[in-house]
Amino acid sequence: MSALSERPQQPVVGLAIPHESASLHVTGEALYTDDLVHRAKDVLHAYPVQSPHVHARIAGLRTEPAYAVPGVVRVLAAADVPGVNDAGVKHDEPLFPDEAMFHGHAVCWVLAESIEAARLGSKAVEVDYEPLPSLVTVREAIDAGSFQGGQPHMERGDVKRAFDESAHVFSGEIDFSGQEHFYLETHASLAHVDENGQVFVQSSTQHPSETQEIVAHVLGLHSHEVTVQCLRMGGGFGGKEMQPHGFAAIAALGATLTGRPVRLRLNRAQDMTMSGKRHGFYARWRVGFDAHGHLRALDATLTSDGGWSLDLSEPVLARALCHIDNAYWIPNVRVNGRISKTNKTSQTAFRGFGGPQGMLVLEDVLGRCAPLLGLGADELRRRNFYTQGQTTPYGQPVGHPERLHAAWEQVYASSDFATRSAQIAGFNEAHPHVKRGLAITPVKFGISFNLTAFNQAGALVHVYKDGSVLINHGGTEMGQGLHTKMLQVAATTLGVPLEKVRLAPTRTDKVPNTSATAASSGADLNGAAVKNACEQIRERLAQVAATRLGVSPADVRFVDGEVRAIAFSSEHVPWEEIVYDAYFQRVQLFAAGFYRTEGIHWDSSIFHGEPFKYFAYGAAVAEVEVDGFTGAYRLRRVDIVHDVGDSLSPLVDVGQIEGGFVQGAGWLTLEDLRWDESDGPGRGRLLTQAASTYKLPSFSEMPEEFNVALLQHAPEEGAVYGSKAVGEPPLMLAFSVREALRQAAAAFGPAGTSVDLASPATPEAVFWAVEQARAGAQGPVEPAKNGHVVEGAPGRVPDQRDEDAPDYEPESERVQHELSRR
Amino acid sequence: MATPDIPTVTLNGRAVPLGDVAPHTTALDWLRGCGATGAKEGCAEGECGACSVMVARPGVDTPTEWTPLNACLMPAGSLAGQEVVTSEGLGSPERMHPVQQEMAVRGGSQCGYCTPGFVCSMAAEYYRPGRCAGAPGPDGASDEHEHRHEQGANGFDLHALSGNLCRCTGYRPIRDAAYALGEPEQGDTLAARLAAPPPEVTPLRLGRDGAEIVRPADLAQTLQLIAERPDAVLVAGSTDWGVEVNLRGSRPALTVAIDRLAELRGFSVTDEWVEIGAALSLTEVERRLDGQVPLLAEMFPQFASRLIRNGATIGGNLGTGSPIGDTPPALLALDAVVVLTSAAGDREVPLAEYFTGYRQSVRRPDELIRAVRVPRPLARLTAFHKIAKRRFDDISSVAVGFALDVEDGVVRRARIGLGGVAATPVRALATEEALVGQPWREDAVRRAAEVMAGEGTPLDDHRASAAYRSAMLGQALLKLYAHDTTLEEVGA
Repeated sequence: MSALSERPQQPVVGLAIPHESASLHVTGEALYTDDLVHRAKDVLHAYPVQSPHVHARIAGLRTEPAYAVPGVVRVLAAADVPGVNDAGVKHDEPLFPDEAMFHGHAVCWVLAESIEAARLGSKAVEVDYEPLPSLVTVREAIDAGSFQGGQPHMERGDVKRAFDESAHVFSGEIDFSGQEHFYLETHASLAHVDENGQVFVQSSTQHPSETQEIVAHVLGLHSHEVTVQCLRMGGGFGGKEMQPHGFAAIAALGATLTGRPVRLRLNRAQDMTMSGKRHGFYARWRVGFDAHGHLRALDATLTSDGGWSLDLSEPVLARALCHIDNAYWIPNVRVNGRISKTNKTSQTAFRGFGGPQGMLVLEDVLGRCAPLLGLGADELRRRNFYTQGQTTPYGQPVGHPERLHAAWEQVYASSDFATRSAQIAGFNEAHPHVKRGLAITPVKFGISFNLTAFNQAGALVHVYKDGSVLINHGGTEMGQGLHTKMLQVAATTLGVPLEKVRLAPTRTDKVPNTSATAASSGADLNGAAVKNACEQIRERLAQVAATRLGVSPADVRFVDGEVRAIAFSSEHVPWEEIVYDAYFQRVQLFAAGFYRTEGIHWDSSIFHGEPFKYFAYGAAVAEVEVDGFTGAYRLRRVDIVHDVGDSLSPLVDVGQIEGGFVQGAGWLTLEDLRWDESDGPGRGRLLTQAASTYKLPSFSEMPEEFNVALLQHAPEEGAVYGSKAVGEPPLMLAFSVREALRQAAAAFGPAGTSVDLASPATPEAVFWAVEQARAGAQGPVEPAKNGHVVEGAPGRVPDQRDEDAPDYEPESERVQHELSRR
Repeated sequence: MATPDIPTVTLNGRAVPLGDVAPHTTALDWLRGCGATGAKEGCAEGECGACSVMVARPGVDTPTEWTPLNACLMPAGSLAGQEVVTSEGLGSPERMHPVQQEMAVRGGSQCGYCTPGFVCSMAAEYYRPGRCAGAPGPDGASDEHEHRHEQGANGFDLHALSGNLCRCTGYRPIRDAAYALGEPEQGDTLAARLAAPPPEVTPLRLGRDGAEIVRPADLAQTLQLIAERPDAVLVAGSTDWGVEVNLRGSRPALTVAIDRLAELRGFSVTDEWVEIGAALSLTEVERRLDGQVPLLAEMFPQFASRLIRNGATIGGNLGTGSPIGDTPPALLALDAVVVLTSAAGDREVPLAEYFTGYRQSVRRPDELIRAVRVPRPLARLTAFHKIAKRRFDDISSVAVGFALDVEDGVVRRARIGLGGVAATPVRALATEEALVGQPWREDAVRRAAEVMAGEGTPLDDHRASAAYRSAMLGQALLKLYAHDTTLEEVGA
């Protein structure tokens, strides 16, 4: 056991406790950014003027008519920006653009006494647009050669030779959708300037430090002149990692120019048409198997739909490449990645951050090829698992692969997979119009930010004279239970009851230079920082206690609010007394904690290294029932065994697993982003920009029976109190649903049918898959979005790398390398 | 106490002046302006339920029921004189309501943003009269799979939460919380409230910036008003009005609230017909019919969500004239008649002749829909098929209402109503013709199904492709036949 992972006696971590704000949530007392508006005075409301064109030069902008609208106070435009007119870190996202880059792009913002006046003011602004040619789909961008950012290349082994030696070679393509975050709370900021000239921005942001930086550079201020606070978010899911910055900057700019608080809250349509989403991808692939179904070679090109600016597209693509292997050993690999530049919202982080997209490509390959190899899909998957000593295509040893096998075997048994497979075969035999499908899929997900520098965190812990404890840390709360875990970590490290510890909202003036609460890393990084701060205080208190108890400091223990020596367990002193003594002995009762993840490194220019501290594993079994008349389906049962290490907070972790799973199932089956791809006047418009047209999973999509188990006896040496990150990995357990739908669709056809299933697998998509199966795999019957798998080399050769592509080194890493060379 | 002239709202037990609200101000904005920020705006179109609040409305089984409604869709003015309970009024962190307690301890909240709305929808179902009496027996009185999983042992109907979306939890802990609820305790004031009459509805006139919302005292006043003002927008459940106001910036100069007119809220069953008042909410209609019209009983759970059905009226669904409304295909199949009323009196129009174009009908601006009549006897073989992406709370890409009479193996009568395949809801006349007089046998059904696949002029849109819509028309008849002849479970 490492010092980081070892748990003391009676730890508070590991207890299944409700979310720290649960009682506030259920009573409506929990405050979110936009609830503060009603508690502030003289607030101005911001409303955008959005482009009705997919791509157009802004030839003229007349704001005067807006001022004629009663209640309009100010219109914000490019000339008002005292600093840098940019909302991003790559300087490709003008806050006030001179070219509308997508349908809905905000051109300027109106501030008014009421949201109604601001809305009417925005309608009064006159904009002259000169329409420009546009690219809406990835395929259009590929044809036009429209790419942005670096083009990563990952290679291992001798791909050509491996294909030559493969017994079976298949090729195909897949084009799959992105996903709208649909956090229930839309983007919101509330800014004011205090009497000192300090700019204070309350923002629904996963990345307060970066929000602070962007606000500062837009306003031409230093970071110490701007404070950003995030009370809590009504959901984030990655959508508030990069996207809040520009909105916060607008509010802050308005506040500095008017001297009044400015509120910017997007309504749902604005949020959906302006903010980035999960990247959709287009992939072409070729895969080689040996005679026994072992993967020998993979050659693929992944092209993501980046939208109009880079945003986080480069690291998202990197993670997609790093996860195309999922849980499978592929000795020879060549994968190229490209980011298309299209006239859409700037696609961004979303739970899994490219990992799900990479995995989807290979899981789709396995699902389509298994029947062609004459193997069950479950057997094909199991046969290709990583084993001890193997490395990923980018050179990282796969640690603890036995846990992947254990999770798989456990869920295979607990779900009664073999028996139910047989029962389902019988059911399908007896039911011509309704078929069931059962599938099992694995997840292996790398934990850490790919970029090494981001793997650091800070915390600030105060112990007051009365023994009460207040903690701050750099992570934000978006529902994932991070604050709950941090309270448990602090209580555990200090050996006090949970009630002794309170947590203050995340603010940049408490903990500076924080990383985004992202990459599932919130608890790993901030937990270790909180633990570090608490340990500093505990060690000082141990000195005080040692003197009082007459023992060595090393023999002092802090357990459940009492301090005692190991050898004299009958003698204990209340925590409060030791704290009080310490104060009078002039012992520092507060500490700043810090943590940096050790032992990771990454060189993106050669796409090689050990970027991940460890892998999280899991496996899921899903059973569906498909109506052959309509393609409608039900998710009858789901069983999951997932690896969270030694859970810090089991109720929270189970919630993350279930919620991630259902969100993943939403992406893969239901959530259907549609853009106007026609050449009509609405070209580029998001057609599904409301809850009525973009359907999230509801109660009708939750598994009717849902069994989740945490993998036991799996402490993680490298993380706080032996736990593992949990935010993202479970999302990818939902591949089991997609594969079960494929199984059920196949059951409508002759045995051994390879079924092509569009993503998302909506009832319509499933219906066409059923029709394809009924036609006996004679080829796709209807909308053949992704063609059919072709056997034999060379088949469809993946797109090759752009000759002129820039070297792959994202700007954020370039900066770091430049610094290190100085 | 406020004077009767100044409208007040009883919010969480306290009288709060309605104040200076615009006609288009939503109840949600008003509540949040009062500091009741527990109710949230998630979508502003009644899809997510984050704004759900409980309103004291006339009950079916008790004088009053706590009716959960989307506050984002209701005009604030409609709260005048009414009683509203929000999550803050149910309990506090120190004294949580049983619903709040179960949600909190079971992990029913993660980010917490949707939670107050869930709590209000759940609490309303907690107080629903007869909930516990409707619980399945220990061995499952109902053996249908769907019922096992959508109703708790405590009688909790999961459809009560069909209008609430959660993006975090995956719903399992929320379902567990709902199914763990007991009965309200003695002395529960909200439970006690059900026995007293609902708050009275008084006439109202609110105006600002040249716009007005008016609740006339009776039908005669209403008819006079709309005869004088052809631009008047009629609002009943406001589930469409709210969407127009919030999403499309509609600011009608005159909104006339007709939802509580007694003349529009009748309900009667005779040998000749079932007459349903146009201003009855779909929930009220469902409860009052209590399964007497099986085709409608099959349709109701598929119609939007409980939150919407609590507000939306059957007259409103016809009045708005959408080609993808869910009641018209069912009512077309039932050969329903629309009763229109004006100062000149009633006139009856068969629904099949009611729609004249996209959101157009034969209703004149001075007329109201007073009632809908469903002729009796009813056809014996009926079904409602709704094709959508999501089973709860979605909009049809195709909807089909079937009403067939099969005697001695031959189809004697057939009426099929279609939604989503033309500019208006339509009858599948060619298919009906292809069926009538033919044997109810697979070969004949297949021939008719081919005809049905060619009905209407379906379009490609974000909900479905035209090819899929046509395919669904063809499949619907095959599915009906399979279901009727094999009783196979095909209800996925």
